[in-house]
This record gives sequence, C-alpha cells and structure tokens, in this order.
Amino acid sequence: MTSDWPLWEVFIRSQHGLAHKHVGSLHAVDAEMAIRNARDVYTRRNEGVSIWVARSSDIHASSPGDRAPLFEPSNDKVYRHPTFFPMPEEVKHL
Amino acid sequence: MYAQMVETGVERVQVVAEMAPDERAFQARIDADIKIEPKDAMPDAYRRTLVRQIQQHAHSEIVGMLPEGNWITRAPSLSRKAILMAKVQDEAGHGLYLYCAAETLGVSRDRMIADLHAGKVKYSSIFNYPTLTWADIGTIGWLVDGAAIMNQIPLCRCSYGPYARAMIRICKEESFHQRQGFDIMMALCRGSAEQKAMAQDALNRWWWPSLMMFGPPDAQSVHSAQSARWKIKLLSNDELRQRFVDQTVPQAEYLGLRVPDDRLAWNEASGHYDFGEIDWSEFHEVLKGHGPCNRDRMRMRIKAWEEGAWVREAAAAYAEKRANAPRPGPLPAMRGEGDRRAAPVG
Repeated sequence: MTSDWPLWEVFIRSQHGLAHKHVGSLHAVDAEMAIRNARDVYTRRNEGVSIWVARSSDIHASSPGDRAPLFEPSNDKVYRHPTFFPMPEEVKHL
Repeated sequence: MYAQMVETGVERVQVVAEMAPDERAFQARIDADIKIEPKDAMPDAYRRTLVRQIQQHAHSEIVGMLPEGNWITRAPSLSRKAILMAKVQDEAGHGLYLYCAAETLGVSRDRMIADLHAGKVKYSSIFNYPTLTWADIGTIGWLVDGAAIMNQIPLCRCSYGPYARAMIRICKEESFHQRQGFDIMMALCRGSAEQKAMAQDALNRWWWPSLMMFGPPDAQSVHSAQSARWKIKLLSNDELRQRFVDQTVPQAEYLGLRVPDDRLAWNEASGHYDFGEIDWSEFHEVLKGHGPCNRDRMRMRIKAWEEGAWVREAAAAYAEKRANAPRPGPLPAMRGEGDRRAAPVG
C-alpha cells in the first residue's frame, strides 16, 4: 500500500460566465495529475470550461467558532440593502 | 439501499433531557435543518456512524463496477459497450465523491480501502449476486439503480453537508443509469421469444435481492431510530421499499414481465401494492459473506488494487523527481512571469 497522495480541492467554472465553484476534492501526486483526474471525476458531462486545483493544505478557512464575530456585525447594517429605503409608488426607475 | 444496517454505537436513543449541553446544542442544530460541516463540533458517535455509512456507500459504488465491468467486452453492440463503459465510469466517480466526503470526517482513503479489503467494512449485499446474461445488466440498471435512486434522493437533504452535496451530484447522474437499464429491457422484451425469456429470467433472480437492498424492517432498530434523529436516514427501510414496489410493478407490466411474487396484488384501500414475505435469512447470509459471489468480488477487488501498485508507485516517484529537480533561473524570455503571477487568477 502506498501512503496517501496529497489531497487537492477542485474548482470548476461553468460555461455561463460564473465564477469558479468548489465541486469537491481528489488525490493526485502533482498539479498536472490533479487537473487530469478532475477532468474525469468532475466534468464528465460538460460541467465546465476551466478547472482550478489547489492543495487542500494551502487553503485557509475561517473557523466555525468565529462565525459570530465575523458575520454578525453585518446584521445591524440593514441600510446596506436597498429595501431599507421605502420609495413612493409614483416614483419610477429607482 | 447502498448502505445497509449501519451501526450507530448507541444502545438506545437518548431523550433530550438526558443529553449533555453540547449534545443538546448539536441536536438543536439538526432539528433546525442547519447543515453540519466538517470543522463543526459533532458527537463522536455521529462522526463514527457517518464514516461507516458513507464508507459503505462508497465501497458499494466501487464493488458495483465489477459485475458490470465484466460485461463491457460482451455487450451486444458498439453503442451498448460505449454506454456501459460510461456507466461504469460514473460508478467510479460516485465512489470517489463519497470517499472524499468520508475523508472530511478524518478517515484516510488508504485506511478505508484497507478496511474493505480486510473484510472489516461491508458493501451492499446486492453486488454478491452473479450477472449471468446480458439481461442481468438491463435488470441491474432498472432495479438496482432504481432502488439506489429511491434511497439517495432523500439523502440529498441529510444533515452532513459534504454527504448531501455528494448525493446531489450522484442523483443528477443516476437517472441515466436507470434509463439505460430499462432501455435494455425494452429491447429484449420487444425481441424474440428467447430474448424475452432471458429478461424474465433476470427479473426472477433480481427481484427479491433488489427488495433486500433497502435492509430489514427498521421499526425495531435502535440504529435506524438514532440515524433518523441525526437526519442521516430520512425515510424508513419499509417506506422506501414500498415506494420502490409501487413504482416498479407498473414498469414490469409495461414490459410484459411477471414479477415473481404470487402474493403481489394492488390494494385499493391502502393505495399500495401488497407483496410477499422477504427471505431475510438469505440477506443475512449474503451480508455475512456467504452469498454466491462475495469471495469472487473481494478477490477481484484486491487483485485490481495490487496490480495497480506499480502505477501508484511510479506516479509518486515521478512527482518526487520533478519536485526535487533544480529549477532553472529566470531567463530573459520569461520576464513578465512575475507580473502574471501577481495577478488574481479569477
């Protein structure tokens, strides 16, 4: 048995001009093999026109414990949403 | 069902009052339909049960490639060969999505494969039956993949994020599998008397094992109750089995085939089909390793793994050599490389 190959995260950009989106992960010895394998594992049905792979160990993530300090402050800034400002019905194009 | 009788490690389902505060908070998140993600706190038993369930599911996809892969060279036309090859490739993909999902819980890929080969982890009982004729390939797509879809669609809503996401991808691809199977059955049933007899024979052999795929009645099972509480099992085995029978019987009628169950009858009052007793002793024997093909499947699986060892080693050696190769210094022609690297990749 070999020791586990490094883990890679796979991101695919679909044809519709959207950003790359995380689709899953896979094991590969290097970036080239990771892209080849990603093509077979994640794009068998025209799912994408571009593949990114990044070593999982290179991805830094926010921790679940930081959820409140990171995201809650935006809750009291409701004026960032356009619906905060009621507009008179007779005024158009706003 | 691709994961059968998954142990949860609990002896009975706790009531909320008995739970420790962190367990109660966890259960509250599940009850509120908040997805659990890999880095979130979770009870050990939840983690261990999911590892077992996802792993069993992944192994079923991979072992399921064996009986079908065996028919690629013998499929009756070039088109059928190409279709079957695409289906078998999908099964490999499904196994890989699921292995990835299990790995997010902290179990390594090598560990899972070693446990399968050592017989420590189960895979679906259904893959321990032989595929004797081409009609078996049609029946597997129609019934076995049909049963798998029935089980997997509710799992798209399960509580563990990576598992739910893997299920969504799998379900998108799975209906091709079921349709290609039914297409094979239609071709056989519209063919010669011999071909139709072949289709009937395959249905006779696969019907009961397909019903067993959903696992034994789980009304009495503490593990099923616990898994339901955790939302990693959303419908009971019997509910899923009944849906499967209700959906499949009219399809068999369309094909002009007889479902091999004398007690099968439409029940006007319940709005469902009644059907006969399942021989659970057969199911338990197959699960214990005494099915017609258990030893053969594992022998083939281990052989494939061992014969691929040199490829894995060569790839690792090549990658290591490339990583250690001295990098050439910047050449005049490569100026601008630094600028490109500084730009965002988007």
